[in-house]
Amino acid sequence: MKSGAPAAPHAASADRTPGEDTALLLTPPVPRAGWRLLPARVIAMCAVELQKLRHDRTELYTRAVQPALWLLIFGQTFTRIRAIPTGGIPYIDYMAPGIIAQSAMFIAIFYGIQIIWERDAGILNKLLVTPTPRSALITGKAFAAGVKSLVQAVVVIVIAALLGVALTWNPLKLLGVALAVVLASVFFSCLSMTIAGIVLSRDRLMGFGQAITMPLFFGSNALYPVSVMPGWLQAVSKANPLSYQVDALRGLLLGTPAHLGADFGVLAIAAALGITAASSLLGRLAR
Amino acid sequence: MTTDPADTSATPAPAAAGPAAVREAVSCAGLTYAFGGTRAVDDLDLGVHEGEVFGLLGPNGAGKTTAIRCVTTLLPVPAGTVRVFGHDAARERMAVRRLLGYVPQQLSADGGLTGRENVALFARVFDVPRRERAARVDLALRAVDLCDAVDRLAATYSGGMVRRLELAQALVSAPRLLILDEPTIGLDPIARTGVWEHINAVREATGMTVLVTTHYMDEADQYCDRVGLMHRGRVRALGTPEELRRGLAEREATDTLPTLEDVFRDVAGSGLDDNTGGGFREVRSTRRTARRVG
Repeated sequence: MKSGAPAAPHAASADRTPGEDTALLLTPPVPRAGWRLLPARVIAMCAVELQKLRHDRTELYTRAVQPALWLLIFGQTFTRIRAIPTGGIPYIDYMAPGIIAQSAMFIAIFYGIQIIWERDAGILNKLLVTPTPRSALITGKAFAAGVKSLVQAVVVIVIAALLGVALTWNPLKLLGVALAVVLASVFFSCLSMTIAGIVLSRDRLMGFGQAITMPLFFGSNALYPVSVMPGWLQAVSKANPLSYQVDALRGLLLGTPAHLGADFGVLAIAAALGITAASSLLGRLAR
Repeated sequence: MTTDPADTSATPAPAAAGPAAVREAVSCAGLTYAFGGTRAVDDLDLGVHEGEVFGLLGPNGAGKTTAIRCVTTLLPVPAGTVRVFGHDAARERMAVRRLLGYVPQQLSADGGLTGRENVALFARVFDVPRRERAARVDLALRAVDLCDAVDRLAATYSGGMVRRLELAQALVSAPRLLILDEPTIGLDPIARTGVWEHINAVREATGMTVLVTTHYMDEADQYCDRVGLMHRGRVRALGTPEELRRGLAEREATDTLPTLEDVFRDVAGSGLDDNTGGGFREVRSTRRTARRVG
């Protein structure tokens, strides 16, 4: 019997004629094939993330507190001090893209904890028993993290605008901002899921998450330009995808000189590498 | 049909007996899976007939869940073969997964989503087209009597309702094989009965094959067409509950029909010791599930 055939009526109930409506539950759906499978899974995972956010926005509000404090306290204070060379723009404007990138990264970098929770709750195993290749599942999860980060970024942009940061409202540039946030979140969530695939436990992952977020943040151009860093930190910053994200956000939102081609190129390559690494380790979480 | 507990070879599936044999939904031959030096599944031969409710029984740590995870493609098949409706679980994973509806031991519905959204997610990942998605989701939820709670968050459901929701998630893709790993663990007797009634109603309506693991012998006795008693990674006895109980009564020359638990103790021999009960992770998972439903 072909695998696509509908479930045969049970012998004991062969004389039963299922109603037209029940018949729908006897017909397996036609499988998507080829390139259409990946976007379908990504959309499914992103839809789930948005549904969850619609039901419970607590995380969105609580996570807005920290970036608001960064902008309010750190931003306004350092704007007065004028200790950091910003190329002639107020410091709060200079740091706003960095804080947007930071808040998006903080959401994505702890996504591995969610996948471990989903493993413990049986949700991951159930998804792994669907016709979803592991790479598609990871890509879906990573873009779902991107969607969540994007919603968070919108909140921070609104806070920054309320604090008087002179941001662009050019729709095309904002689209570029969204792309940069999503690509970077894909990378950071995959980094987190890769570590989850190695350490396998929530407690260990929490430790790793704490250990890498601050170096990633302070080892980037989020708070100060690369030119003021010592040589070794400049090298770290060059290898840090967060720097490329911040450079792109700053260029798009504030109009400062940026290397958009290189920024998006690095972010895209980092995202692809992250997906590959996390996908290859997903099997360890299923065991 | 029972095997000698001393005989370490697993009981062959009756379907392998001859050309007139019934079609098999699942067939495992020589399946072996080890965690480090521990053989969780040890040279397992097993056949599940198409359309039956087959119960895989045994204590925690018997190897039931590991065997199920090999069938569902969650674990690789390092030795032996596993076929689902003829598809090799090691080589044709996607084809196998399209035939399966799977309910894991844990309460796996997402509490942050409504009942409808939980089922719709599985409709999406099984490629149910948009034009029929809503209808299928409604039907699946109606089949498990959750119509009145579809727009409530799953976090507000009782344990029995969550299990029924998981059943709806599994049904929405019209699977030919429904795999349930300890579906009634932690539920009160009324909820257990409710879950089984829905499983049976679905089986009656769709004719799908049901493979269920449980360590509740009374449930298996009442609801399964055939059972396999598993211990230390192998099936030690295979047959209908009636056959197994009568077999033991004949061997012991007693008029009182023994229970399935008696049969299990008989075939396991002195093997029920401190090594049974599962590993730390398995017991923790079981307790967590029981706590969440209770």
